[in-house]
Amino acid sequence: MNFLTDRKRAQGMGASGQGTHHHWQMMVSSTLLVVLIPAFVITFGLSLGGTYEEVLAFYAKPVPAIISALTLIVGVVHIMREAQMAIEDYMHGLAEKLTYIAVGALCYTMIAVGLFALVKLAL
Amino acid sequence: MVEFALPKNSRIVTGKTWPKPEGATNVRKFQIYRWNPDDGKNPQVDTYFLDMDKCGPMVLDALIKIKNEIDPTLTFRRSCREGICGSCAMNIDGINTLACIYGLDEVKGDVKIYPLPHMPVVKDLIPDLTHFYAQHASIMPWLETKTNRPAKEWRQSIEDRKKLDGLYECVMCASCSTSCPSYWWNGDKYLGPAALLHAYRWIIDSRDEATGERLDELEDPFKLYRCHTIMNCAKTCPKGLNPAKAIAEIKKMLVERHV
Repeated sequence: MNFLTDRKRAQGMGASGQGTHHHWQMMVSSTLLVVLIPAFVITFGLSLGGTYEEVLAFYAKPVPAIISALTLIVGVVHIMREAQMAIEDYMHGLAEKLTYIAVGALCYTMIAVGLFALVKLAL
Repeated sequence: MVEFALPKNSRIVTGKTWPKPEGATNVRKFQIYRWNPDDGKNPQVDTYFLDMDKCGPMVLDALIKIKNEIDPTLTFRRSCREGICGSCAMNIDGINTLACIYGLDEVKGDVKIYPLPHMPVVKDLIPDLTHFYAQHASIMPWLETKTNRPAKEWRQSIEDRKKLDGLYECVMCASCSTSCPSYWWNGDKYLGPAALLHAYRWIIDSRDEATGERLDELEDPFKLYRCHTIMNCAKTCPKGLNPAKAIAEIKKMLVERHV
């Protein structure tokens, strides 16, 4: 049994002084995705149905390649931050930390693999 | 932490059914959560029947009638019976609200009454609000000043006073906090909509001189940023307040301080 006062239990270890940066970054990436997602869908849609050579030529152009790269980076980073919130909500202790590391590793891997594929297509 | 099932000793079983009032034609069924810490039994839902021709219009009237005339062991908090004290907050027909200002005509079918969700129960419809009140105290719900006290009073313009409207009316009934899933899962660290609404009420008060310290105390991924704008708080508030908006305003102020 812990003989903590109610006030001590409510205050815990105090405020960490963090969270605002995370919140602001989520706002920024959400706003960017409002523009990027439609742009990505349009450019990706234009390349659909083409032959292998036509798709290669399409993604060799800077606009579709850059839009795809930006969508990939901003989108996956946004998902990673959102996943962090969900993990903090629903998990605690060691499981929370391990899941957070695993999700981070997965997201950075997705970005790396996606960029590698794009570079290979574009160059 | 998130819980998908009740602990074994919290599972609700069917309780006692009390007899219907004799000779009554306008009868209504009430299903009420009961739990007594002294008998070691699981919580149960007791069934009562009331003659609505001899009952007041509010849910609290029905509860008082049950306690006075049928079952004196039924336990609940109540005081002002006009939505000012916040004592009789409970879950009625699936909505956290004040029994004294919730009309029986607003409930369709049987009237189901439970204590506020996801809080420890003291007895029957009484939740343990100790932690909730301690969280409220932690946001320093008083005027903090550093300037010497003026001879007469702390002055405030009409415009600045208007900023407190929609905030000062909160009666701390806990309906909002106990309707918030974030507060259910992380209520130990997340301050919840009620405490944050009060925090904003003092942050925005033009006479208060501790704005920075107040924002410092809130800048935390759990104390403040567990709010995901679910809006249950605004939907359920029996006083019609909008704690989610107050929380969003605090977030905006913190962003302004950073960016």
